[in-house]
Amino acid sequence: MSLLEIEDLRVTFRTADGPVNAVNGLSFEIDKGETLAIVGESGSGKSQAAFAIMGLLARNGGATGKVNFDGTDLLSLSPRQLNKVRAQDIAMIFQDPMTSLNPYIRVRDQMAEVLQLHKGMSKKKAVAESVRMLDAVRIPDAKMRVSMFPHEFSGGMRQRIMIAMALLCHPRLLIADEPTTALDVTVQAQIMDLLTDIRKEFGTAIILITHDLGIVADSCDKTLVLYGGQIMEQGATTDVFAAPSHPYTKGLLKAVPRLDRDDDELQTIAGEPPDMSCLPAGCPFSPRCVQALPQCATTRPALDLFGAGRMRACHVPFAEVI
Amino acid sequence: MYSFILRRLMIAIPTILILVVFSFVLMYAAPGGPFNSERPLPPEVMANIEAKYGLDQPFLMQIFNYVWGVVTQFDFGPSFQYTSRTVNDVIAQGFPVTLTYGFWSAVVALVFGVTLGVAAAIRHNTWLDYLAVGISIGAQALPNFVMAPILVLIFTLWLGLLPGGGWNGGQWQYVVMPVIALSTSYMASIARITRSSMLEVMNSNFIRTAQAKGLPMHRVILHHALKPALLPVISYLGPAFVGMITGSVVVDVFFSTGGIGQFFVNSAFNRDYAVIMGITILVGVLTILLNLLVDILYAWIDPKIRY
Repeated sequence: MSLLEIEDLRVTFRTADGPVNAVNGLSFEIDKGETLAIVGESGSGKSQAAFAIMGLLARNGGATGKVNFDGTDLLSLSPRQLNKVRAQDIAMIFQDPMTSLNPYIRVRDQMAEVLQLHKGMSKKKAVAESVRMLDAVRIPDAKMRVSMFPHEFSGGMRQRIMIAMALLCHPRLLIADEPTTALDVTVQAQIMDLLTDIRKEFGTAIILITHDLGIVADSCDKTLVLYGGQIMEQGATTDVFAAPSHPYTKGLLKAVPRLDRDDDELQTIAGEPPDMSCLPAGCPFSPRCVQALPQCATTRPALDLFGAGRMRACHVPFAEVI
Repeated sequence: MYSFILRRLMIAIPTILILVVFSFVLMYAAPGGPFNSERPLPPEVMANIEAKYGLDQPFLMQIFNYVWGVVTQFDFGPSFQYTSRTVNDVIAQGFPVTLTYGFWSAVVALVFGVTLGVAAAIRHNTWLDYLAVGISIGAQALPNFVMAPILVLIFTLWLGLLPGGGWNGGQWQYVVMPVIALSTSYMASIARITRSSMLEVMNSNFIRTAQAKGLPMHRVILHHALKPALLPVISYLGPAFVGMITGSVVVDVFFSTGGIGQFFVNSAFNRDYAVIMGITILVGVLTILLNLLVDILYAWIDPKIRY
């Protein structure tokens, strides 16, 4: 059985302008120790899907479907039961390390409270364990620095602290929501290396949410491409990158700047991300798709299995995707 | 930190001097004097009295003498209106009264205001939120000169529980109604400030992190959200606390408490220059000290602030 099985997840926000559908029927699985990348541009619903798994949706948001973690449907849990799953079984790190740590509390206390609460450790033991975890994420001089406040660390260091804090209870699943977006490129590489190491060392399954295809190629087993809150295609990362089966994936890959080619112009996907409050009846990508067929605007393509465990939702036959 | 406090206290000295000069100028600019009455006194008597209080001297000399007396002997001069009493006597009699009911008003306003504000914020857009907002708007809109007689009507005349006025050395029965009358509008302001800053803090990323850590709601609120949410309350509370402990005319008059709020207004009507100056300086010094305390509290709460 998979560690996490998501079935037909839908997330809707009630707003003054009517409902906004952020995630529309998302289904996927992730096994123990596996790494899954969820790729999509801003507003594709990838972060909201993660928040729905953790029960962290904004107050006006609601999730339906099934989120089975090790046999329990997380969506049906009470807040108290969900609090037991959080940090212990599933932990999350966020996009902006500068604001994700509480600026008013020492790192020591923010980390120790996780262990005190979930593991019933004494404060002293919890701090010692926190120092060990900070060492593991390669914070230099952790013993001394654990007593500092978050603002005394750089962005990359703060993301390391977030990762260390997330790993304190040795969760089986780590959801990383754009963990490197706010960091500069060299630090990005360090953080990604760290996540790879962690996976090896602790056997943690990782869901990596990102819009950066560069980091996906290096670090993830499976890739899922999301657009308008729907899956465009899904499969082993090597397959998806070698032979993208969807015009959107194709566009995304073309848009990655390459140094080894003599392109003068940056390739882009024309048009704008979809308005989630009024998605087209058919494929959400159809208004921007260069290969759109007449039925694309009216009929939503089914998510079909093909190849080696791959899936795609597109009316254009695989062989004709250019 | 210590050098910051010292520096602030040094700046307080010229600030208070400027306050003294301004108040002096304004006071003398107002028409009439302390000894004018409907039937003018004979000129010789007037001259005698003015000489006794030093009012015959040049304006600058008067300011200098006043400041000199204050600095060297802590002498704020005699009251012009209450003969045989000094300004120190007047303040020593009235200030403990206002300090007592003002302090308790601050405590009540803070405890109820913060509780109401936090409750409204975490139950945002529910009946509890609307109720809390309703209460605080009502409390703010109700002036204390309306509130005070209503309180007397209910607690003294109808229920017969509390004395309708007086002070009696600050026995609790005499303190209750002044505290309610004074604290209500401050409580309303604190509730509104707490609610809006709590709403903002609860939407911040670090609160989401705290929730992702599986902390129970009460710990998220008390341990992670309350401190930052209270910062704006603290800046409001500094000056508001001065306002409370220096009393309110309405409270002093309605409940005959004998606090300095009443003295302050009377002294202005009677051109009791020395009492006006004395209470002005008291309020000025308290304001400076409380603002300093606010800054120190800020640094204590927010580790990014270092002086």
